[in-house]
Amino acid sequence: MTSSLAEPLLEARNVVKTFGHVQALRGADFAVGAGEVVALMGDNGAGKSTLIKILSGVQPPTSGEVLMDGEPVELRSPDAARALGIETVYQDLALADSLDAASNLFLGREHMRSGLLGRLGFLDKKTMRSEAARVFSELSVTVTPGGQTVRGMSGGQRQGVAVCRAVMWANRVVFMDEPTAALGVAQTRNVLDLIKRVRDRGIAVVLISHSVPDVLDVADRIEVLRLGRRVARLDARVTNTQEVVAAITGARQEEMR
Amino acid sequence: MSPSSAATVAPATGTESPRARLTSLLLRPSTVTFIILVVIVAVFATIAPVSFTSVSNTRAILTDASILLILSIAINFPMITAGIDLSTGSVLVFSGVMSVKVMQAFGGDGPGVAVLGGVVAVASGLGWGVLHGVLVAYGRIPAFIATLGTLGAALGLSYIITGGFDLQDVPSSVTSIGSQRLLGVPWLVVAAAIVAIVFGVLLQATRFGRHTYAIGASQEAARRASINVNVHLVKVYVIAGGLTGLAGFLSLARFATTTLAGHATDNLQAVTAVVLGGTSLFGGTGAIVGTVAGVFIPTVLQNGFVVTGVTPYWQQVAVGVVLIAAVYLDKIRRSRSV
Repeated sequence: MTSSLAEPLLEARNVVKTFGHVQALRGADFAVGAGEVVALMGDNGAGKSTLIKILSGVQPPTSGEVLMDGEPVELRSPDAARALGIETVYQDLALADSLDAASNLFLGREHMRSGLLGRLGFLDKKTMRSEAARVFSELSVTVTPGGQTVRGMSGGQRQGVAVCRAVMWANRVVFMDEPTAALGVAQTRNVLDLIKRVRDRGIAVVLISHSVPDVLDVADRIEVLRLGRRVARLDARVTNTQEVVAAITGARQEEMR
Repeated sequence: MSPSSAATVAPATGTESPRARLTSLLLRPSTVTFIILVVIVAVFATIAPVSFTSVSNTRAILTDASILLILSIAINFPMITAGIDLSTGSVLVFSGVMSVKVMQAFGGDGPGVAVLGGVVAVASGLGWGVLHGVLVAYGRIPAFIATLGTLGAALGLSYIITGGFDLQDVPSSVTSIGSQRLLGVPWLVVAAAIVAIVFGVLLQATRFGRHTYAIGASQEAARRASINVNVHLVKVYVIAGGLTGLAGFLSLARFATTTLAGHATDNLQAVTAVVLGGTSLFGGTGAIVGTVAGVFIPTVLQNGFVVTGVTPYWQQVAVGVVLIAAVYLDKIRRSRSV
């Protein structure tokens, strides 16, 4: 049932998170290795979002450990997580609609002109556009980097921009929260292919999803949370829908440490 | 975002036809405004070819527009961040009052006094700007309410300081700025042109401008991109305040008095100009180029009606019609692009 996981890149050990009297995580474990897609599944309230927030630096855990490359790390803020090469694609994408794709890719991390102009705050739009075009073509995302605002793009293109932004800056881990939730069939196909291309770059991809078919298609492993604990680690190549659903709903308990 | 858009997935964009690009350029709000402006100018130039297009009349139009242009550029900054500054007219008056009071206290006349007056006026505006920025960014008070409050407060303080009587004795070193020219161009126009270029470039070419648009498009997106939204918002309102203070000083230079009662509708004129120029009230868009066109439409109409002998009250009617038409065209454009 367990798949081989040689050296976890990012790992959560026995993480507890309480909000007042509510225990969102009760000793949850999680691990993802370089170059693999791990799907994090679970029913509503299972603790998926809380776990992702802890691993991306949005919230600190109440207790427990987060390890990167086997070393304990403290992710005090999203910026701290970013500095370690961890990026997140939020469900609402967090794009600036009235800016173009290249501007969104570099938002908050703009390239500046060299010399005095750069010190005065002038942007190097040319370099940013060509960099953006390179990332889009490498990941086969059909988006115009400049000239067109993100507002006018299709749902799949917007998702593509958000994923490319994360991948561009993440050299270790990318979290994706429900990346296909709002998409149609063909667009979902594109995004799943995009996830595979990201993985092939050696980046660890953590995918939160409710869609079992999508997960079975794209993930290498599936980790299932239930009531704030990991209840299953499944090898996506050999498991099936029934087994996944059983783990999510608690029809079969299986705790592995 | 809707599942039904699945069919339009792959190459839809990328290679826009030149014709489509031209259409989108023509439908851009700032372009529409410029075309309307050109048409208005052409009509008046046809009706009154000599008097309307004369050098002195052109100079008069530019001078009339210059202070409103600076005010409009000022409020364009908060409007791009989906905020607003309604206090413009009052802060302008307050800055002028403070400027005259300090110059009087200092006494004398000469370039030094004029510089002092200018610095005091701008500093007064900056002060209100800091207050606006802090209230909006940290106090989480809607910009509409915060600046509605200071609209009353700044004018009230101006009346308290002056006792309700306009201060008249503006040093001649200041008023000469309002009457003299540089190579035939009035200094007021030179000042407005410099402000338009500097702040237009700031918006289009710098990181500061980029972040201003991003905050207007989505504060959440900006925050997640590690932009310090609160600090940036304060800067935006400080720019608006400082430019309004500058406009207050130029108003002194032009009218040689504090014009306490003369600026009640400044904010409405400025908002009209900015919206005419294509800035959305919902934030994220708007360029100084459009604002310039938006400022000149009411000014040219006013002047043109006087020159052609039409009752100038028609100006207000015409501006209202143009405003609604421009926003309606923008609405059509948006519904097409989405």
